[in-house]
Amino acid sequence: MDTTRTKDIYTEEFLINMGPQHPSTHGVLSLELKLDGEIIRECTPHIGYLHRSMEKIAENRTYTQFIPFTDRLDYVASMNNNLGYVMAVEKLLNLEVSERAKYIRVIVAELNRIASHLIAVGTFAQDLGAFATPLFYCFREREKIIDIFDRICGNRLTYNYIRIGGVQFDLPKGIDEKIKEFIKYMRPKVDDYDNLLTYNAIFLARSKNIGVLPKDLAINYSVTGPSLRASGVKWDLRKDEPYLVYNKFEFDIPIGENGDSWDRYKIRIEEIRQSLRIVEQAIDALPGGEPAVKVGRIHKPAPSEAYFRTENPRGELGFYIVSDGSMYPYRLKIRAPSFSNLAVLPELVKGVKIADIVCVLGSFDVLMGEIDR
Amino acid sequence: MRPDEISGVIKTKFPQAKEEAGTNNIIVPKESLLELAQYLKNPPLAFDNLHCITAVDRKEKMELVYILYSICERHGVTLKVYLTPEDLNVASLSALWKSANWLEREVYDLFGIIFSGHPDLRRILNPYDWKGYPLRKDYSNPELIPKPRL
Amino acid sequence: MAVIEKIPAAKLIRKVPGGGLFLTTSESLLKWGKASSLWPMTFGLACCAFEMIAAGASRFDIDRFGAGVFRASPRQCDVMVVAGTICIKMGDCIRRLYAQMPEPKYVIAMGNCAVSGGIFYYDTYSVIKGTEALGIAVDVFIPGCPPRPENLLFGLMKLQEKIRNEKDAAR
Repeated sequence: MDTTRTKDIYTEEFLINMGPQHPSTHGVLSLELKLDGEIIRECTPHIGYLHRSMEKIAENRTYTQFIPFTDRLDYVASMNNNLGYVMAVEKLLNLEVSERAKYIRVIVAELNRIASHLIAVGTFAQDLGAFATPLFYCFREREKIIDIFDRICGNRLTYNYIRIGGVQFDLPKGIDEKIKEFIKYMRPKVDDYDNLLTYNAIFLARSKNIGVLPKDLAINYSVTGPSLRASGVKWDLRKDEPYLVYNKFEFDIPIGENGDSWDRYKIRIEEIRQSLRIVEQAIDALPGGEPAVKVGRIHKPAPSEAYFRTENPRGELGFYIVSDGSMYPYRLKIRAPSFSNLAVLPELVKGVKIADIVCVLGSFDVLMGEIDR
Repeated sequence: MRPDEISGVIKTKFPQAKEEAGTNNIIVPKESLLELAQYLKNPPLAFDNLHCITAVDRKEKMELVYILYSICERHGVTLKVYLTPEDLNVASLSALWKSANWLEREVYDLFGIIFSGHPDLRRILNPYDWKGYPLRKDYSNPELIPKPRL
Repeated sequence: MAVIEKIPAAKLIRKVPGGGLFLTTSESLLKWGKASSLWPMTFGLACCAFEMIAAGASRFDIDRFGAGVFRASPRQCDVMVVAGTICIKMGDCIRRLYAQMPEPKYVIAMGNCAVSGGIFYYDTYSVIKGTEALGIAVDVFIPGCPPRPENLLFGLMKLQEKIRNEKDAAR
């Protein structure tokens, strides 16, 4: 075929909608892509498909009645959301909880972090093409954690366990053996994931140097969590602004080098290992005592405001509560980590192919319930 | 730096900024917001992270809250700007911190505050042709069924 | 002989005495085929999506009911499992997806939010209170917040029973 004739072919950019119902957008996210063949020229995310008006609901519920709603924000890490909200309310009320409650909170929060990172790893591998095996392995591990939570508080997904003043129930008898058994079971499984996925040639080719996020851009866009640490910034609220009893445990913070998708995935695997270390130390050092301070169900804080941020598996979750003296909050603002993490996506995908945008989106591990609230 | 040192430094440079009673929040008049933000971003204060922007509807005035943190210096500050209901217009900070882009769009969507200088001010959470600003205290909607209070 | 009583579709078939033959009506065969190979659409909206994925994972294994093939395109699915809260912005998309599914199609409403709005019934300006409020006819309602994967499997079995007892098999 005469190659000079290709100059007469008319090409133009076209617009497609990677719409709200799509298997790899991790929820209801719509990406409007301007494509030139397979290369992306521009990407505009559209959110709001799961906007459930939680901030308006908060103005008509008491402080205790709002705790089940925080479960449904980041529905994969419910314990961490409960924790963030309850700590903000306790800052407003100037309430101290017992030592045993602090240790129990750390144990359930870190177990939930492991469960959340397992989903992130499993769905990331599924998006890249390893269709069912890593996902099924991760869900098999996750079922073990959910069994522990089922014994502790009765629910599989939305726990409503951490309450103002402590936790809802004390840990049942025999749960520490179950947790120690789980830690012993889980450690070789994390090495399994390393062997299966991390240094696999296809996995490396698909995720190394894709979606590189430079350090200054990450800080300017207020990206937080594992995505920030993958770009080389050493910042983790559990070490830098410790809350609860995190300053009593020994654990490392994994930092990445390049800021590409492979780094973001590798950091999550390392964080699972560090969380197992924290849970092991916490279970060994669990003190006796009451699991909760006796407070009533209705709280009437003085007219003031409080802001508290905690380290969620996806980033820094913050709650800003303004109270006017009555038993309902006057204004509650939820600062969601995935909201700011998603804002950086259009900058990273200029010039990559469609298959790579799926990789970048999966490596950021966003969750729509938190973005849209 | 400790919070009182930060507010001391800000008040010496910007005498029109006042401190809120009982807290370390700084109340800024809206005309000097952009200049103060530029000063805060540079060293020595080096606030490189605009963490959260939100608004509170106080009925006779609208209160805008900016929460800033610094990762390298490890300190934080909260700024407040008061706006009257007739003049809900303030300068946008999206040229200094890119995280302000989506955060200001959310405040516009829920409260109706216009940020002048914003590159793309349109609704983000509600549908693009939605009428009304839902988080204002005087918002009414026939679909909204209020729960009976205790 | 003992095996045949355990098959749910046993009432539809008759064994011819003395031989390895079964007689049935073509309608019953069609209904059995429809009920045993329902392909759901991957349509998790919110928290219930994770219980749906857990139902598809190895512990609860929806594949043994024939429904393990989750297709993303509505043109290849039989059943739409609406799992999660329906918001106003998403309502148009759901109606369009339902219209794109070919007949025969069924709808399972999973979770309190899809049944009636759930905890988001009061004080929300942007939530559609239930799938029926959208105008879509629902076959099975599964309450729970979120319903356990076993509840989803029970709901699927109820849908299979409904299909087997349908009057018009060639819908």
